[in-house]
Amino acid sequence: MFYDIVIVGGGLAGMRAAIAAHDAGVKVGLISKIHPVRSHSGAAQGGVNAALANHPAAKDDTPERHAYDTIKGSDFLADQPAVEIMTSDAPGIIFEFEHWGCPFSRFEDGTIAQRPFGGAGYPRTCYGADRTGLYMLHTLYEQVVKRKIDVHYEMFVTKLAVKGGRCAGVIAMNLHTGEFQAIGANAVVFATGGSGRIYSVNTTNAHASTGLGVAIPYWAGVPLEDMEFIQFHPTGLEGSSILMTEGCRGEGGYLINNKGERFMKNYVSEKIMELAPRDITARSMQTEINEGRGFEGRYLHLDLRHLGAQKIMERLPGIREICMNFLSIDPINDPIPVHPAMHYTMGGIECDKDGLTRMDGLYAAGECACVSVHGSNRLGGNSLLDTVVFGRRCGNHAANKVKNMSQTIDTDTLKSAQKAEEERFKKLRTAAGKENPYTIKNDLSNVMMDKYGIFRNETDMKKGLEEIKALKEKFKQVRGIPDTGKFNYDFLWVTEIEGNLDAAYCVALGALSRTESRGSHFRRDYSKRVDEQWLKHTLFTYKPDGPEISYKPVQLGKYQPEERKY
Amino acid sequence: MPTFKVFRYNPKTGDQAYFQTYQLPDVKGMTILEGLYYILENLDSTLAFRSSCRMGVCGSCAMHIGDKYRLACETQIADIGDTVTIRPLAHMKIIRDLVVDLTPFFAQYEAIKPYLIPVGEPPTREFKQSPAQRSKIDIYVDCILCAACYGSCPVVATDEKYLGPQALLKALRFVNDSRDGATNDRLSYLATDYGVFRCHTIFNCQQVCPKNLDPTGAIGKLKMKSLIAKFTGKLKKIG
Repeated sequence: MFYDIVIVGGGLAGMRAAIAAHDAGVKVGLISKIHPVRSHSGAAQGGVNAALANHPAAKDDTPERHAYDTIKGSDFLADQPAVEIMTSDAPGIIFEFEHWGCPFSRFEDGTIAQRPFGGAGYPRTCYGADRTGLYMLHTLYEQVVKRKIDVHYEMFVTKLAVKGGRCAGVIAMNLHTGEFQAIGANAVVFATGGSGRIYSVNTTNAHASTGLGVAIPYWAGVPLEDMEFIQFHPTGLEGSSILMTEGCRGEGGYLINNKGERFMKNYVSEKIMELAPRDITARSMQTEINEGRGFEGRYLHLDLRHLGAQKIMERLPGIREICMNFLSIDPINDPIPVHPAMHYTMGGIECDKDGLTRMDGLYAAGECACVSVHGSNRLGGNSLLDTVVFGRRCGNHAANKVKNMSQTIDTDTLKSAQKAEEERFKKLRTAAGKENPYTIKNDLSNVMMDKYGIFRNETDMKKGLEEIKALKEKFKQVRGIPDTGKFNYDFLWVTEIEGNLDAAYCVALGALSRTESRGSHFRRDYSKRVDEQWLKHTLFTYKPDGPEISYKPVQLGKYQPEERKY
Repeated sequence: MPTFKVFRYNPKTGDQAYFQTYQLPDVKGMTILEGLYYILENLDSTLAFRSSCRMGVCGSCAMHIGDKYRLACETQIADIGDTVTIRPLAHMKIIRDLVVDLTPFFAQYEAIKPYLIPVGEPPTREFKQSPAQRSKIDIYVDCILCAACYGSCPVVATDEKYLGPQALLKALRFVNDSRDGATNDRLSYLATDYGVFRCHTIFNCQQVCPKNLDPTGAIGKLKMKSLIAKFTGKLKKIG
């Protein structure tokens, strides 16, 4: 099989890249381990930011103001030129979605409805009830169907085929057949999503959102960037950590401690309250819980009751449904028990504003990529925007690049890469070890949550690093994988765990090395931001005995770093 | 302690399909999907089932649980009982265990032109759509393509050409959209032999839809619209 461009991942970034490249006139193949409509982009709830100035209170909103909020939210670690691209492309790309039929909610005047979100100076988050990601994802899939773009779903990519530093395609297990397949391409786009499942005990993320997407390029020598920055969403549902959208607070919901107090007033100005950025809100909540002002020592209340039944049913119907199905409570009558939960990886595959990585022919877009537009803390409503803006740019750039290239399929490279994967699978099948891989997965996520959570310190992180290394050793002794033929999910999940281990290693080492606090990365032993030393991105390069760390400067622009106050 | 009786089938072994019994721990609030993961991780890693978001929005894990089709992720074991029987979706080829071949389901989805066909060039900003106009597509845009309706429909069972409840519901989503300009073309296609009038109004889809979207009602609305279009001479000849 050969395509001009192969896209790995069928979420918003992958499908938007596919559409851009297809419309630019090249042959595109979209590959995903799950059907595109199953992608975790669809679980995004609250909305997508664009300075449309539709809200009566946002008539003077502009992309520049959106850029400033994003840069300040990032604690000045975002690359400012990239942020400006994102915020200035935002209105156009949202209108394009609307023209494709995306069912946004509406204001009375018929324009796209917008709501306030954390860290934003204006209500600029466009939404479709609390199912914005679902609507955007399905809209893009509709456009993929319309264009008859080739979609190979349930094809599980495990390796890049590389020759002389150039990416020649990917190797995937076709779950429908149980066989490996090589797919050649002149350009490969990685759009595999975030790595949330390295924190699987407490994450809002889907089972499919693992570290393998960043690990595959990393293993092939492509650097990862800023992996230590892990976003904790303030409101994960107690127990399952299912996302309770920031839109709950955007619509006016309160956070309440066991004293019945809206405690956010003790952390930020009374004007901001529950709509502080996520890093600050999550830290404030965790402080409340740690200091004994939580319920049952574990959670706080997200109270929507004062919004009234009509508003809840109209604006937050999905939240209500989840509460009823999973906890048998109704937010119209009951407060929702919530705690911070791992939500987003700001870091990822190092790439530029066009998605170019350091490997010739390899691009990255979406959550698996680090452009970087989110720096050390992403604002709510900016992730959907990131996926589609940079997905589109990446698809366009790749298409222009490969347009005049001959379809020279590098059969030797592909064949030998496929053979290597077949050999590896054979070894996994006949492995004589005794370790249960899923125990390793669960142990890893406990280490990550305990040692690299909202509050970090050197002693714990050093211990955590040793634990991760030990789990990596254990993984070498993992039990054999039964050869079930078609849909060998055991093979899939065990491979994901291997990716999780190395993605987690980067998170851990990056966090331990960065002796400051910035955005989502907060250290009790280094609680101040130190721009003189740390206004720089961390890079991770794969070495067999652990990641090699280096740094690169942040691209500043109009805005000089200042103290971040809300 | 809950017991799962799970449908097993692997064409590779040449064996007949069978039910396998697993004992699960008693955990308050545990969902069917968490139970399946417990089996995969601790008891039997050969069990195949689809899943992803585990929060009722990706549509991967529709299966027959107890007495009807449900999403495994948003169903608590306690709501089903001590013994839970789990089968794959019906009317599609079983590939392995709980995984079925969704090709016919997606083929019907594609057949109805599931994308907006606007009239003329779009404006520079958004198409204006009032909240009242937007409310006409409420709920129909919430479909997660889980195929529970398709698996439950006895017409689908006997007629593979029938578009089925999901595709028809999706069609209404566009017919009702104030921005779509292809209503008569859409109705002309839907009013053919394998479209809306093939529905026997059995209500299975309405009963099982995990998002309460009422495909039966949607098909009823399309029947009405098709008839009106027919009697006002707006239907086009198809095929």
